[in-house]
Amino acid sequence: MRRFSAISLFREALGGHETWPRQWRSPEPKPAYDVVIVGGGGHGLATAFYLAERYGLTNVAVVEKGWIGGGNTGRNTTIIRSNYLFDESARLYEHALKLWEGLSQQLNYNVMYSPRGVLMLAHNIHDVQSFKRHVHANRLNGIDNEWLSPQECKEFCPPLNVGGAMRYPILGGALQRRGGTARHDAVAWGYARAADARGVDILENCEVLGIRRAASGRVEGIETSRGFIRAGKIGVVAAGNTSVVMNMAGVRLPLESFPLQALVSEPVKPAFPCVVMSNTIHAYISQSDKGEMVIGAGTDAYTSYSQRGALHIATHTLDAICELVPMFRRLRMLRNWGGIVDVTPDRSPIVAKTPVPGLYVNCGWGTGGFKATPGSGDVFAWTIAKDDPHPINAPFTIERFRDGVMIDEAAAAAVAH
Amino acid sequence: MLLIKCPFCGPRPELEFSYGGQAHIARPKDPASLDDESWAEYLYIRSNPKGLHAERWRHIHGCARFFNVQRNTASDAIVATYKIGEEPPKPVDPGLEEWSSRSGAAL
Ligand SMILES: Cc1cc2nc3c(=O)[nH]c(=O)nc-3n(C[C@H](O)[C@H](O)[C@H](O)COP(=O)(O)OP(=O)(O)OC[C@H]3O[C@@H](n4cnc5c(N)ncnc54)[C@H](O)[C@@H]3O)c2cc1C
Ligand SMILES: [Zn+2]
Repeated sequence: MRRFSAISLFREALGGHETWPRQWRSPEPKPAYDVVIVGGGGHGLATAFYLAERYGLTNVAVVEKGWIGGGNTGRNTTIIRSNYLFDESARLYEHALKLWEGLSQQLNYNVMYSPRGVLMLAHNIHDVQSFKRHVHANRLNGIDNEWLSPQECKEFCPPLNVGGAMRYPILGGALQRRGGTARHDAVAWGYARAADARGVDILENCEVLGIRRAASGRVEGIETSRGFIRAGKIGVVAAGNTSVVMNMAGVRLPLESFPLQALVSEPVKPAFPCVVMSNTIHAYISQSDKGEMVIGAGTDAYTSYSQRGALHIATHTLDAICELVPMFRRLRMLRNWGGIVDVTPDRSPIVAKTPVPGLYVNCGWGTGGFKATPGSGDVFAWTIAKDDPHPINAPFTIERFRDGVMIDEAAAAAVAH
Repeated sequence: MLLIKCPFCGPRPELEFSYGGQAHIARPKDPASLDDESWAEYLYIRSNPKGLHAERWRHIHGCARFFNVQRNTASDAIVATYKIGEEPPKPVDPGLEEWSSRSGAAL
């Protein structure tokens, strides 16, 4: 791996930037690995990186059916925050946020983490009470989150329609200043490059078609479109496709897969200083460094693997955006797309061992797992390496649904993202 | 947006309907006899297949009745709609059947 530095940039500039090496190899699959990670999204690549970096496991492959980052990692609206209500969630997402802060340095790759502040708007009494409860719960957990009056919201984000005519007026907001965004592709590429440099094989265009198990029940390896690969341990990190992959090992999960959409506008000059979210009227918006307004819409009503959602869902979100930020009414939309998100009944993830020896699963991040990428990778790598969960992900089991110990962020109204 | 054929009213846009999740999940006959594992299975575990999926829809802004739909979740194509209590039709498209079994989905 050639490190990025002022000197290496200068030297490559002299050669017209023609002599940079490939950022990661494209090896043939080996017959066997100690650990195989299924799914080359941010979470899978981060898991492989931390396995090699922190837990000394370098005979590792990441198996991806398409290209790395082509799943939800490359399709999401990149909102990062950690102000979740329950202690278990707060610990998990805050662990990730702390890693984001030093990630570009650790990977020697600019992931463009930009803590520009995430403002969640309240539009009714219920929102106000619920967000204030979040602010207090977060403070007890040492996580920054503050309540802003409508006027303070306007000062923090001048384009907002505060005090104007609106069906659901802005009654205030909860602001996490350390929240923000990062460049989604760079996260996948940065982890891939750093994992590759530590010996991890990244196998793209390699679809897992089956999971082979020994008579004892333990995993033996994976059948793939590039042949059988023996594996000591298998970690499944396949987001919307998790049910399909886990079925191959006979494991049924409390998951449903839904389409979730996003869209971007034509690029314009810097006009929007932070991230604004509104769960109640359902809109999320921030401006990318390219200048596009990045807008997140809702999920469709039905389960699907089609990677596209219906137009009325996107239109509904644009209605809300136009009310929130009237100056965007004449902005044209450039592209829209969908991803498939895997949703659990309590809207919290599963990062755990499974009933099958040697098989681990990291899923259920639903509409909001990008923000957790570094933390999720770290604790999942620990879980695989030690065959035992890290204290941070220990509550996020499959069995919590049987035992009734859910982490009910769904009911806590900290819905999407 | 899906075009859904209500078995009572005919084809209508998806906006007239609400989704009711996986179909043919029978409420346990003797709830008291269930252990925790079976309750979790009944309440939370879903087949979530990539392929043919039997699901409930309700024509909420029409006749307000529940009915069942078979849809291919890989393409969103609706294969059949049928009334509650009727047997689900056998899948007709052999390609679909082959494809669903390859992806490990339960038909
Ligand atoms: C429109 C949209 C907006 C979102 N906005 C936000 C947001 O603002 N903030 C936030 O925190 N989160 C957001 N999310 C959620 C976030 O994107 C996901 O939770 C997160 O990216 C999941 O990461 P992952 O690495 O697990 O999944 P993915 O990136 O989807 O990776 C899974 C990989 O597994 C591969 N795979 C699947 N099946 C197989 C197989 N059989 N064999 C081999 N490989 C396989 C897939 O090709 C894929 O690349 C959003 C999601 C969407 C769709
Ligand atoms: Zn009807």
